[in-house]
Amino acid sequence: MSWINLNALWKIVVVGLLAGAGLPAVFAIGMWALNLGRKPATVSATTGSADVPGKEESILGGSSTGLVIGAVCFLIFLAGIAFGIYYIVSGA
Amino acid sequence: MSHTFVLVLVVITALSFDFTNGFHDTGNAMATSIATGALPPRIAVALSGVMNLVGAFLSFSVAATIASGLVQTGDVTLEVVFAGLAGGIFWNLMTWLLGIPSSSSHALIGGVIGSTLAAAGSHAIQWHNLVSKVILPAIFSPLIAGMVAIVGTYLVYRITQQVAGSTRSHGFRIGQIASASMVSLAHGTNDAQKTMGVITLALIVNGSIHSSSSAPDWVIISCALAISLGTYLGGWRVIRTLGKGLIDIDSPQGFAAESASSAAILLSAHFGYSLSTTHVATGSIIGSGIGKRGAEVRWNTAGRMATAWVLTLPSAGLVGALAYAIAHFIGGDAGAIVLFILVLALGVTIYLASRRKPVNHKNVNDDWEEGQEAPTPAPAVA
Repeated sequence: MSWINLNALWKIVVVGLLAGAGLPAVFAIGMWALNLGRKPATVSATTGSADVPGKEESILGGSSTGLVIGAVCFLIFLAGIAFGIYYIVSGA
Repeated sequence: MSHTFVLVLVVITALSFDFTNGFHDTGNAMATSIATGALPPRIAVALSGVMNLVGAFLSFSVAATIASGLVQTGDVTLEVVFAGLAGGIFWNLMTWLLGIPSSSSHALIGGVIGSTLAAAGSHAIQWHNLVSKVILPAIFSPLIAGMVAIVGTYLVYRITQQVAGSTRSHGFRIGQIASASMVSLAHGTNDAQKTMGVITLALIVNGSIHSSSSAPDWVIISCALAISLGTYLGGWRVIRTLGKGLIDIDSPQGFAAESASSAAILLSAHFGYSLSTTHVATGSIIGSGIGKRGAEVRWNTAGRMATAWVLTLPSAGLVGALAYAIAHFIGGDAGAIVLFILVLALGVTIYLASRRKPVNHKNVNDDWEEGQEAPTPAPAVA
């Protein structure tokens, strides 16, 4: 019997990256897409991200293509969660 | 031979451990959501409690493995289980008082191994399984979760570079509700089952149920309720350390960290590793600090945690062995009663000590100062 199950280890790393980093990336793409169409704001030199003073927290940018891409991304994200729950129920 | 009275004490103690397991670990799922403001503190612990409850009912596949894979069950008696639980509770309460997120699973495993060692000697421990199923995963899991969180955090910030800061924070706070719920669900599934396994073991040892039986319904229901109630009460001291002590966290980081945690916990459970959600959550949070450019990780706090992790198995084991010695020396029902009273006294003492510098839903997010786990001045609690 070996100390480390390498077969399990690489699967945990690869699938872990796909699910644990990939799904958040998909969510981020969704958010980027929803935000499309918003007028470019002054980009802050320090953080590199655009900050609009006084303008608060609306995610929708107004582009319909963006809306569709965003919806698809969030569906993929939700499907990932659903699969996770299925994975638990089916007996890990 | 059946000792119904002792069995009842063991079950109560096991459920108490399950309860400490819940409040010690609330932070694993909810600390970052509370720190970023994704969820108000009390809503967060309520959501986590519900998710733990649901999670506890989702799967029962690992319930029997915790003790049976690590010790020779033939050498286990009710006294051994009892003393092991005492060791686990001791370590959980001490680390909670100090605000250190240490592993509840390791505390339980350490306690049971210590009491078994004291009762039956070294041959009763399956050392190989202990190393390959508990110790090595404890080293690998935070590293893997941390790595996943680094990649996730980097991607998330890179992709949303063009999105305004406040908009981005808002969006990821919504995402955090989903990701934190997932961690809670996975926690309920993993950790509630560990206590179910211990109670089932006690029932088997006592001859109440057959050795091939699975956990009876009342065990499943009571364990689910105990862990979820514990989670709901919230281990604010630990939440504070995880949410504020390691990094100054923003919602994209919290989201990436929680996603990495859920993936790592669910995958490892799939391969039968009895890993600690605490180790994974800590690894993920540190990873999300490394993955964001310009963020700073408080390695001092991380170092304190790592020290506690290394100490968990031996310390809980030592207390477990000591508890066994006390109960066994006195013997019989009297021994069990004395041990029970000792555990109760310990709980009350630590609770009173915690009231001197309370951490609660009001001050959990106060600014972190190095070497100061409880914020001062502490607001009055009702």
